[in-house]
Amino acid sequence: MNIGDEKDALTQMASRFVDQLTQCRKLKLEVLEGSGNHVLMELPYDKQLVGYPDTGVIHGGVITTLMDTASGCAVVCSIFDKFGLLEISPTLDLRVDYMKPAEPHKPVYGFAQCYKLSSSVAFTRAIAYQDSIDDPIAHAVGSFMRISPEMVGEEFRQALMGGSNE
Amino acid sequence: MNSGSCLTDESIKLDVKGIVKKATELNDFGHLLEHVPYAKFIGMGVERFGDELVFKLPAKDDNIGNPILPALHGGVIAGFMEMSAIVQLMVFMQTTKVPKVVDFSIDYLRAGYHKDSFAECKITRQGRRVANVSINCWQTNRKHLIATARAHFLID
Repeated sequence: MNIGDEKDALTQMASRFVDQLTQCRKLKLEVLEGSGNHVLMELPYDKQLVGYPDTGVIHGGVITTLMDTASGCAVVCSIFDKFGLLEISPTLDLRVDYMKPAEPHKPVYGFAQCYKLSSSVAFTRAIAYQDSIDDPIAHAVGSFMRISPEMVGEEFRQALMGGSNE
Repeated sequence: MNSGSCLTDESIKLDVKGIVKKATELNDFGHLLEHVPYAKFIGMGVERFGDELVFKLPAKDDNIGNPILPALHGGVIAGFMEMSAIVQLMVFMQTTKVPKVVDFSIDYLRAGYHKDSFAECKITRQGRRVANVSINCWQTNRKHLIATARAHFLID
């Protein structure tokens, strides 16, 4: 989705973050865009994720996972963009409203923003959609606890920075 | 979207009432979960103790989110709890369709570690069209919840 071949640094970091999460690799979640104020990811359709076998619609839990991942990733990007620090914030709470079922055999996109960073809590909102962001499948709001950058292990830090030191 | 528009070749007509009835007769509610691919994907199960259903999510590598701790992905915990609520409604309301989630709100109280998790549900209110369910999830000790959630479902 990015213009040119070079994906920018935050998109790359968001990508590496999501790749670190086992469940997200299982879901084949892919980061399309990452910036200081948003993250966009794609969840491909997979029959294994069906929650309503009579219609082939994927389970709400998968949408929740997409929303949680996109929102958490938006927090990581936002903190890194603002402070140049790597923090991994656990979810405090997440509320998802489901507007309509996801159409089978089509990917679902998750767009998330961290709209407020306070000293100890990060607030997020996210939208899941297929054809248009104006016709959402689900909407989510969440809050994430900020923990000190020292809590991020060296191994994880290196996995996220991808060895490119500035 | 009407339900017909997303019918595909692979879709199967589900006799929800029949499945629930059979599961009740066999006293095997895992039978319900076998029809739901996502339940298999995360590997959840269910046991009945008298009038209570206790849902189980055995430790599974694929369900890990944070690899440092390691901890379960929050989304998997939410999906497990949501599916638990759906089964609870199907069994106790004897629904003819799979209840549809309207909203789901989860509070994470502790990290969910890489071990077996359990959930139980309470139908707080059942209206004509909507049901409110609260769900609790724990690991080693039922009193030490790792997450609590509430949700609304459309029932028929």
